[in-house]
Parts: sequence; C-alpha cells; structure tokens
Amino acid sequence: MTDLVEAINLTRYFDLSRNQRVHAVEKVSLSVGEKEIVGLVGESGSGKTTFGKTLVGLHAKSSGIAKFRGETLPQKYRPADFQRLAPKMQMIFQDPYSSLNPRMTIGEIIGEGLKLHTSVSADSLRERVAEWLEQVGLKADHMSRYPHEFSGGQRQRIGIARALILEPEFVVCDEPISALDVSVQAQVINLLGELKERMGLTLLFIAHDLSMVRYVSDRMAVMYLGSLMEVGKADQVYFSPKHPYTEVLIGSNPEADPELEQKRPSTTIQGEIPSPVNVPPGCRFSNRCPKAMDQCHEVTPELINLTDVDRQVACHLYN
Amino acid sequence: MNDIKKTDEPTPALLEVKDLAVEFDTYGGVVKAVRGVDFKVEQGKTLAIVGESGCGKSVTVQSIMGLIPMPPGRITSGTALLRGREALARDTIDGKKIRGAEIGMIFQDPMTSLNPTMTIGDQIAEPLQVHKGHSYRRAFDEAIRLLELSKIPEAGKRAKQYPFEFSGGMLQRAMIAMAISCKPSILIADEPTTALDVTIQAQILDLMQDMQQETGMAIVLITHDLGVVARMADEVAVMYAGKIVEHGAVRDIFYRSAHPYTLGLKEAMPTNDPNKQRELKPIEGSPPDLFSAPAGCGYCARCPFAMQICDTRYPDGFFVEKQHSSCCWLHHKDSTRRPEELYFKGNDL
Repeated sequence: MTDLVEAINLTRYFDLSRNQRVHAVEKVSLSVGEKEIVGLVGESGSGKTTFGKTLVGLHAKSSGIAKFRGETLPQKYRPADFQRLAPKMQMIFQDPYSSLNPRMTIGEIIGEGLKLHTSVSADSLRERVAEWLEQVGLKADHMSRYPHEFSGGQRQRIGIARALILEPEFVVCDEPISALDVSVQAQVINLLGELKERMGLTLLFIAHDLSMVRYVSDRMAVMYLGSLMEVGKADQVYFSPKHPYTEVLIGSNPEADPELEQKRPSTTIQGEIPSPVNVPPGCRFSNRCPKAMDQCHEVTPELINLTDVDRQVACHLYN
Repeated sequence: MNDIKKTDEPTPALLEVKDLAVEFDTYGGVVKAVRGVDFKVEQGKTLAIVGESGCGKSVTVQSIMGLIPMPPGRITSGTALLRGREALARDTIDGKKIRGAEIGMIFQDPMTSLNPTMTIGDQIAEPLQVHKGHSYRRAFDEAIRLLELSKIPEAGKRAKQYPFEFSGGMLQRAMIAMAISCKPSILIADEPTTALDVTIQAQILDLMQDMQQETGMAIVLITHDLGVVARMADEVAVMYAGKIVEHGAVRDIFYRSAHPYTLGLKEAMPTNDPNKQRELKPIEGSPPDLFSAPAGCGYCARCPFAMQICDTRYPDGFFVEKQHSSCCWLHHKDSTRRPEELYFKGNDL
C-alpha cells in the first residue's frame, strides 16, 4: 500500500510566557496509506487534535515534515497553499455547535468551498449543495436555514457535507461522534463508511471511544502526552496490546456486557495525565506506568518495529 | 393511581417512586418531560436509568431532589416515598432536609456545578454545617477527611484551593466527597463520568463502588453509556420519551432484552466480542416531540416491529418474568408477532 499522507517527526509546540512551552505534539511519525482508515486514540490532552490540525496545515509545524503523495508540505501555509491544498485535504470538526458559523445559511456553509476553489455557476452550485444535503440524509430545502435550526446529529452531517463536497482525498475526522447520542453515532458512522466506500476516501479518525475506533479503523495509533505509544492493526492492538499504556486504556474501556464487566479487576492505574508544559526526559508515561523501570525515567524510548508481530511500540520493555 | 398503602410488602424499598409526571411551561407550549414513571431503589443496590438525551432521565431524579424550578416546572402527579415518607410534598416536608442529607447528588459537569468563588473545602463543609450543625472548624476538618476518603492526594492543601485549580477527575472526586458528607442513604449520580476520559472514568466508578460497599448506600446512576451500566448496575430501567419502557435485572436487560428500544440501543453500539461481529444498526429518526405527547408508544415511529395498535394505545407493563417488565404490545398475550431478536416468555400480566 502506498502512503497517501506521511508525518515524519512532526512536532508542534505552543509557547507560553516565561520560557514555558507546551509540547503538544512531539516527534510523531505516522503514515496513512491510500484508502485506509487510521484511528488515533488517547486521553484528552494527549495531542490528538493538534496532530490532526498540524497535518492538514491548520497549525504551522514547529519542526518535522508532513508529506502528501510524496510532496513535502510547507512548514507554514500561506493563503496560496490553502487554495491549492484544501481541495485535497479536509477536516471534520469535533463540536458541531461551534464549528458552523451561526450567521451563514446551510447552503452558504456547504457551498463555500466550491465557490472558493472551483468556478461553478451559481445554479450548479445550488445543485451540488442540494445533492450533498441529500447524500448526508438531509433535505435540499434545508439550504436556506441556519445552523441553530438543526440538532447535533444533523449539524455533524452538515460538517461532513462541507468537508466532502470538494471531494478531497484525505479527511481528518476529529471526534466526529463524541457529541452525539448512541443511536445517532451509529447513523453518522455508517454514513461516513458509505461515503468512504463510494469516494475512496482516506481517513484519520480521531476519537476516544476505543470500541468505536476498533470498529471503524484498519490501523490504530495510540497517543499519550504528545507522543505515539503504539501503532498496529486495529483488532490486534485492541485484543493484544503491547504497550503498558495501551493495556491500561483498553482495560478501562467498559464493555456492554455485565458478566465480562463484573469479572473485570479494578483499575490498575492511578493519577491523571500530567501537564504537557516542560515535560521531563524519559518515557512520558513512566510516572504512571505499572511496569516502569529505572531507564524509563531517563531515556525516551523510540518507536520501534516489533519483529514477531506487525506492530510499532515505543517502550523499553521491547528493546 | 396514588395508592401508597402497600403494607404487605416484606421489605419496604428505600425509595419508591410511583406514577411520577413532570411538565414544563415553555413559550412553545407544555412539555411533558416525564409521563408516569415507577421505580424502586433497594438498600445497597445500584439502579441505572438509561436512555438518550431528552428522554427525561435527569428530570426524574431532579424532581425527587426538589431541583425542578417551579414555575415553569410542575409535578402533575406521583409520589416518591423515601423510607415511607413523602419526598415530593414540599408543603409538609422541607426539601432541604432530604436534599444533601438523605440523598446526595453528583452532576455531569463538575466544572459548572461547583461554586467558583468558594474553596473546595468550604463547599464540602457547607452541607455539614447546614445539616449536622457542625462548627466551621469541625466541618472543614471533616471535609479534609472526606477528600482523603475520595483519594485526593494532599487533601489538606487541596481543600484550600478553588475549583479552577482542580482537573475534571479531581473535581468529580470532590463532588463525590460533598455528596456523601452527610452519609446519605441514596447517591444520585447524573452522568457522573460522561465528561471524563476512560481511565479517569474507571477510577471514579471504582471509587463509587468502594463507597457503596463501605456505607451501604444505594446508587441511582443515570447514564447513556451501556458499558458503564454493565459495570455498575444491579437493576436497569430503560427510559424513552418520558416513560420507563423496560425494567429488570442487569442481566435480563443485556442478555434477554424484551423491548425493541433496548435492542436498538444495543445494536447501535460496536461490540468487541469477536464472535458477535456485525454491522452497526442505527435507530433511524429521532425521539418524539414531547410538546404533543404521543397517544401510543413513543417509540413506534422508529420501531422495526411496530403494529397498528402501537400508534394509538400505550402498552402498560407486561411482565416477561417476575422481575422483568417491558412496555411493548408484542408481549400482549394476543399478539401474534414474536420477533426472534426479542426475549419472550409466558407474558400475561
């Protein structure tokens, strides 16, 4: 499989005052193959969203490289870069309430991309928007309404239509379902799956619902405090995690099965994700890790390929 | 409807809610948020109330706590007996005596439900001063002990801090400490972990279970996460459009679902059991508008098994088994349909 998008040591800092620096994403190398769905999981504050936004150019890169079809993307996008790349790479945002401009009608929101990037006539623009509204399960006459007239699930569909109307090749879905009810989540996931099949999309699917990520993705990547911990086939990572953090994360995920749940041992992990400001050396998980060794507090483990399974892990246990 | 003279019961339930109905006046009309809800909570047990947003879960427990603003809210019928005493009749019993002292409550969003201008310690001490008449000094010391009990490190220092200095998980621990400060017999937890990460969620759920084992309190857990239900609940009540549609022991609900809505919720979630791999089946459509409450079953517009009668008449509870009831016409003894996905048994009332 050829890589459509590739990140090599991608890093994004945010500078605060007084020499403080948020290490939001640090040296993340991850590739997404053509027509593949890669799920990215981790606790809040682990840098998933920042990684997604940096990858599509919504944040400038502090260092590292992002490639699209082998072409190195600019470190910081200028307007011309957005004009050129936005039709190929799009993003669906987490919060369906704050990501739609309340002063624009649905027609304007969905059609804006086409208007900016192609030279369609006003008539065919309306036609395309109507077509997409129907594709995502809304009605064409919703075009003249405003975002506040829609429910959360409907707004998320509008966000999907806005991202996909330009027929991009790569889409970052940033927690597209976490704001929705269970029954509506399934509607949106099935819609994304259908559109993916039809359009041959490549997706980076960011979420914290592990069961959903396992269901949706081909490969799963686990992030903690800005670094990648483990990458592998989604089912394999879920059912036989190698990294202690992945084990903890999956061990905490409650399953809808009372017999399984009541046999489950209580949590093995204490404490919370530390602040990403001025992180100490060594493995970032070392202070919470149940299996931490001396060197974990001093040396940062690299992401290495395991020999016996198709898996990449950043942990000294496997050196 | 309000028959409260059930003296022949062997052990009276800790909390018994009967035929509770709540409505709200709004500019758009009257919203019938809760339309006749019955349930019981037993000592030391956990009852989970499950359903989508807008089904009336929160309004049900808030009305028991006396947290419904009246007006615009109105409790139109029903009783809630706490140890045999009426908890809803505000004119005879002051709600404050029950709220905080007999029933503790924790909320979904710990950031907005704590007072940002008071230190955590003061907030935990407040119910002790109000209900137990402790002095400030003594209440504050007790607050520190409660924080330690909730496994907050450096409790003495933390008690003097404000909510903004706490993380979400820590705030939820502080809220649990506050809720159990007066040793309530019931803890109501309204989506306590929805805003938290899975690892923190597991810690909070463990903490609630530990506290339950220590104090023997009952927990009413409101959630939409079936995983959390499976982990915590003894009994489950599934709510839809202001009514409880299925009620039973946790295993009955998960392994012998008898209502199409319960089945729908289960099938809309991915399972991690490799033997049961299947497509996600969303519940099409959306819940009914409670401005004009449906005459029949609220779920019939979305139900794959709906029959003619479902639209016009509401099915009262049919017992599938002794402790397992389902409000669905399919369980009527004259119903000819028996979809194989659902659980059936000799189903006379």
